[in-house]
Amino acid sequence: MRTTIRMTATVLAFAASVASAQTTAITGATVHTVGPEGTLENATIVIENGRIAEVGTGIRVPAGAEVIDASGKIITPGLFSAMGQIGLSEVGAVTGTNDAVQRGDDFSAGFDVADAYNRRSVVIPISRIDGITRALIAPRAGRPDEQGNSSRVLSGLASVVQLGDSGDYLTRHGVAVVVNLGETGSAVAAGSRAAAIQELRAALADALDYRRNKAAYERGDWREYSVSTADLEALISVVEGDRSMIFAANRASDIEIVIKLASEFGLSAIIIGGAEAWMLAHELAAANVSVIIDGTANLPGNFDRINARLETGGILAAAGVRVAFGAGAQTHQARNITQSAGNAVANGMDWDAALEAITLAPAEMYGVAGEVGSIETGKSADLIIWGADPLELTSYPEQVFIQGESIPMESRQTLLRDRYLQTDTVKPPAFRH
Amino acid sequence: MKILRITVLPLSLLFLLAACEQGADSDGAAPWSSRYTPLPSVATILQGATVLTGTGERIDNADVVMDGGKIIAVGPGLDAGSMTVVDAGGMWITPGVIDVHSHLGVYPSPQVSAHSDGNEATAPNTAEVWAEHSVWPQDPGFVAALAGGVTSMQILPGSANLFGGRGVTLKNVPGQSVQEMMFPGAPHGLKMACGENPKRVYGSRGTSPSTRMGNVAGYRSAWIAADDYRKKLAAAEKGRGEAPLRDLQLETLAGVLDGEILVHNHCYRADEMAVMIDIAKEFDYKISAFHHAVEAYKVADMLRENDICAAIWADWYGFKMEAFDGIRENAAILDRAGTCTVMHSDSAIGIQRLNQESAKVIGAAAKVGIDIPPERAVRWFTSNAAKALGIDGVTGSLEPGKMADVTVWSGNPFSVYTKAERVYIDGALVFDRHNPDVNPVTDFSLGTSALHGGAQ
Repeated sequence: MRTTIRMTATVLAFAASVASAQTTAITGATVHTVGPEGTLENATIVIENGRIAEVGTGIRVPAGAEVIDASGKIITPGLFSAMGQIGLSEVGAVTGTNDAVQRGDDFSAGFDVADAYNRRSVVIPISRIDGITRALIAPRAGRPDEQGNSSRVLSGLASVVQLGDSGDYLTRHGVAVVVNLGETGSAVAAGSRAAAIQELRAALADALDYRRNKAAYERGDWREYSVSTADLEALISVVEGDRSMIFAANRASDIEIVIKLASEFGLSAIIIGGAEAWMLAHELAAANVSVIIDGTANLPGNFDRINARLETGGILAAAGVRVAFGAGAQTHQARNITQSAGNAVANGMDWDAALEAITLAPAEMYGVAGEVGSIETGKSADLIIWGADPLELTSYPEQVFIQGESIPMESRQTLLRDRYLQTDTVKPPAFRH
Repeated sequence: MKILRITVLPLSLLFLLAACEQGADSDGAAPWSSRYTPLPSVATILQGATVLTGTGERIDNADVVMDGGKIIAVGPGLDAGSMTVVDAGGMWITPGVIDVHSHLGVYPSPQVSAHSDGNEATAPNTAEVWAEHSVWPQDPGFVAALAGGVTSMQILPGSANLFGGRGVTLKNVPGQSVQEMMFPGAPHGLKMACGENPKRVYGSRGTSPSTRMGNVAGYRSAWIAADDYRKKLAAAEKGRGEAPLRDLQLETLAGVLDGEILVHNHCYRADEMAVMIDIAKEFDYKISAFHHAVEAYKVADMLRENDICAAIWADWYGFKMEAFDGIRENAAILDRAGTCTVMHSDSAIGIQRLNQESAKVIGAAAKVGIDIPPERAVRWFTSNAAKALGIDGVTGSLEPGKMADVTVWSGNPFSVYTKAERVYIDGALVFDRHNPDVNPVTDFSLGTSALHGGAQ
């Protein structure tokens, strides 16, 4: 679907806030459900208690429901940022506002960033008014910095959060353990990617052993492990297949190792980066390994990414690999996953597959697709009303709903904008608020 | 065949000065001057496109005629004569994209430390270094930028220093040496940097500057020295006193005071821009553009009144304190105020899609009722960029007599689905999306990349 670029402003005023306890019907829009029903024209979505009660055409609006006329508009599921540090990083270069990398050796796989999450971060309103309703928050990959903070090979636990104002911010806690391979893995291991793989293998073997011999270990009647108890606990559900493992890897040879490890340990594996994943599209599909890519990174930024290209998303999706966007759109610029998706479409990816990659695909990767990712009965009502094609950069959400609540379409950026759009110069701008 | 030929626009004084430089060697070129020669071209007519001229005009169903490396005519129904005809029906044509802020070649791909040649971060004033002496012409980023429609760019030193050194404007053509890429006659830039970077880099070493006031003292002291150097040179020329020993650092700064080198000032915060403008007034030089001007929207009128361009990203914010107030409407507010607005990249990825970055602004502006039509937004990465670089007399718009630096797009360049189809530099086809055989491939890509003849 390619809609003509809109050059005029049509701002819908959705004055009434939709309280989650009431019933709301949104009528008349083209709805991209990203579910089995596909795209519905002139459809109605009924929201009850924050959930989608019904979606379809020819649906009767329940008596007493608040009705939002979205005729001529487009509705998609809320967008899902598949990777990043929203709520863990306020200002990139201000150390005290960053909680996604640790210093020292106390934790590896068990480093749980969810406890540092700040739901009042200014990055959240900025992200959600552009459509981001759910996000993975994860330890950040990074080499040792000036403070000595550094990622580990096993760098910690990632969680899924919702960006609304009310309710528990955690959609699902501890969905994955993040692992650094490639050049970063080499840098934080013993200077070789082989060392990173050995460290990972040892930890996974320890987790399997710990699971079988937990009682003996706790009695002090068992061997020492390479990682702490908290780390072993985090890894048990990984080797049991209940918790994913996210591997930061770009080079084809590193991706081949991931495929091998996934098979060997029965891991639910996700690649983040995946610059050369297109070279292994069929192998990844066969191994059921998902890939999170940056839709615009097409340069050999290092020797791990020599074969980076813009067609990766299309090639992977066509081969049947589950794809999400996010590698280059983390944290402050999570909102730009629509740009990644749009560029992937421009370079061969099916439009519906690209929309799925920023909605349902990450929800499936992290085991929350029963809750979010598509517009289906029973799921949380995370919705976006768009004026035009959501992948066009000239488009913007006119209203965003998270868990059925229409969020305030305001951020500190819109406040700054509104202050400086005024041209009254009698008093300094500080008086305009 | 009758083609209206219009006299080439008069070149700026800077160009004449450059042409008169002394010291030409056996190949006729002065040391450090451009050895660029346009690639072979044929007279070509691009027919039936939507043309954004870069001057603020949009012409539907129009033709563009190029011959001898120059734009000959733009308009509907031009006579094709015996020219090579390109059917551009359904396509859009703009001036070639110009990026005023790139580090291609000085921070090339792959970004290994052996290639890290963009920041001479050894002293707060390194006005003596020239970015062109660091450019690696084999950077695959140049080719990727070409596929994004980029025909010219300024390569700048980094921002660690108060005075980072001279920037160089290049034509985006493959060259064995940087001299073969240098935009003929383009003035040098001087990279200056405000704010966090210099004070962090030097303050963390326990040296000056460690504060913003230290930054300002550093700029002012340097300009005092440059002014003194200039005066001594002028006096010696008149036979009064001995000429000082040639000093590369002071020579660059004196070039600014003489109006020959354009100041490109990395500066995020509105209040710091005001301070930098006062320094420029104190020492009587001109700031061509503030780069990364994240807060320019707060002082749009001040920038317009001082004839300073604001070169910005569409939406970068939050990565450091001085970028905390970045908003997507920055360019919209500047443009509305009549301030010279420039979309820049500072990124090997971003340079490939300055059109898309501008589209973000169009969308953000529409949200608050500001209509920015394509013919207006296109100026941000064409004619306004050319103005900031001092090359607007010869490129940056589709006007007869200008260099035929032209990008043909598959559709509206502000759609995310649109791609550059063909790129012409001085009338020569240097990129054709549908004929990879004509496109350049860097030495680096040969044998390393499965996409460019390497083993898979």
